[in-house]
Amino acid sequence: MRRVAVTGIGVISALGATRESFWQALAAGVSGIRPMELVPAGTVRFPNAAEASDYRAADHFDEKEILVLDRFAQFAALAAREAVRDAGLEWTEDLRDRTAIVTGASAGGQTSEDESFRDYYERKQTRFPPFAIPKAMSNAGASRISFEHGITGPVFTISTACSSANHAIGQAFWMVRSGAVEIALAGGSEAPFSPGMLKAWEGMRVVSPDTCRPFSCDRKGLILGEGAGMLVLEPLERAKARGANVYGEIAGFGMSSDAHHLTQPLSDGSARAMRAALADAGAAVESVGYINAHGTGTLANDPTETNAIRAVFGAHTEKLLVSSTKSMHGHALGAAGAIEAAATLLALSRGLIPPTANYLGPDPTCDLDVIPNVAREVEVEWALSNSFAFGGLNAVLAMRR
Amino acid sequence: MAGDSTDLEARVIKVIAKTQRISAESVSIDSTFEELKIDSLDGINLIFALESEFNVDIPDEDARAIGSVRQMVQGIAQLLAAKSPQSTLGQEPA
Repeated sequence: MRRVAVTGIGVISALGATRESFWQALAAGVSGIRPMELVPAGTVRFPNAAEASDYRAADHFDEKEILVLDRFAQFAALAAREAVRDAGLEWTEDLRDRTAIVTGASAGGQTSEDESFRDYYERKQTRFPPFAIPKAMSNAGASRISFEHGITGPVFTISTACSSANHAIGQAFWMVRSGAVEIALAGGSEAPFSPGMLKAWEGMRVVSPDTCRPFSCDRKGLILGEGAGMLVLEPLERAKARGANVYGEIAGFGMSSDAHHLTQPLSDGSARAMRAALADAGAAVESVGYINAHGTGTLANDPTETNAIRAVFGAHTEKLLVSSTKSMHGHALGAAGAIEAAATLLALSRGLIPPTANYLGPDPTCDLDVIPNVAREVEVEWALSNSFAFGGLNAVLAMRR
Repeated sequence: MAGDSTDLEARVIKVIAKTQRISAESVSIDSTFEELKIDSLDGINLIFALESEFNVDIPDEDARAIGSVRQMVQGIAQLLAAKSPQSTLGQEPA
């Protein structure tokens, strides 16, 4: 089996429209959570969000392209562009045919869908534009990346709510590791800021009225985010041979299902996914130095995740660094795992572990070293990145420097 | 007025019974959510049904704190009292 290197990273998020702006904010512990602008104030009870406010579609796509691309697909395309450029890939027809694209998307092009449904139900417009269907489909981002780079290998999209991107990266990793493909572009994208979608989140009562404070006392819930993360995966040998910059390796992937409840997480399921990722990587529990937690900041997630980490790591838990970067880029749902994999790989390669921002003080049910508010300079060999979805679906990536 | 309070209780119990697909007879003012097998998601769904029934907005934090039928009735009574200050429905805070 081949070792799989990450040689390109693209990120767009509330922390800016580039990988470097993202990293600078993470390293400084600066949160991108601000008053919401994409929907009118007062639409929902929660006023704050992690919007990609630096992003202007017209800077990256022409008018005709924007007409057929939902915001979530634009994000996917833009992050993939940055990742491909970063990797310095030189396409040949043969390589394009042996390249896969696997994307995660939870709600897909629902912003466009919400708008067209409003046109119909509220504004009584009887005709739909012909793009309504292809704009809304969850694979629109993957397809756009395929057109843009002429990639003709396996291209598909995985939708498992908040685990979508980790499931996508995991599949892509396995395909490169096994030799099924030579290169993979993998990640996820999401753009959930439409009035209808936000009202639905309001109904779930899990969104914080102020900010996102994972593992902290006085945490009040998650903060919705948007954006995309895309990684270029290729065999380590190939990356070395062509002198590519290697951020780190995806070394293992583990999945599990709680088989328990639609929204209530179960620590046993989370623990089984972490163990599966470590086993797939052949990594010992003691070798792990950092976990980029799912860490949503909800009352239910954080203690459950803490219990799961303690169950897997036992005494080694005391030596673990755990942080939730959602405190800075928000919960980007189907893009979350990809943005967090990018954060983890940058942390490994740069020897700096991003903090959990907005932290006020300890909660005894979340007794981990969560790197409160200030990044820590530490060289870490192995890291995990956790994603746990509604529906009880867990996906964990193991990465190494 | 005791009559109002009992009416309110009956209305809340009716909403619970309908939302949980159980008989109203199986719900009493002293029932806990645990006894009624109401989990966290059911609880939020119940709050949603009560907001519609009484045309009130129940804040997230209050919603999380509710774990019994009595707390629900008291909470609704307070919200209704806040809506029309003259109302005699208000009870002591839970």
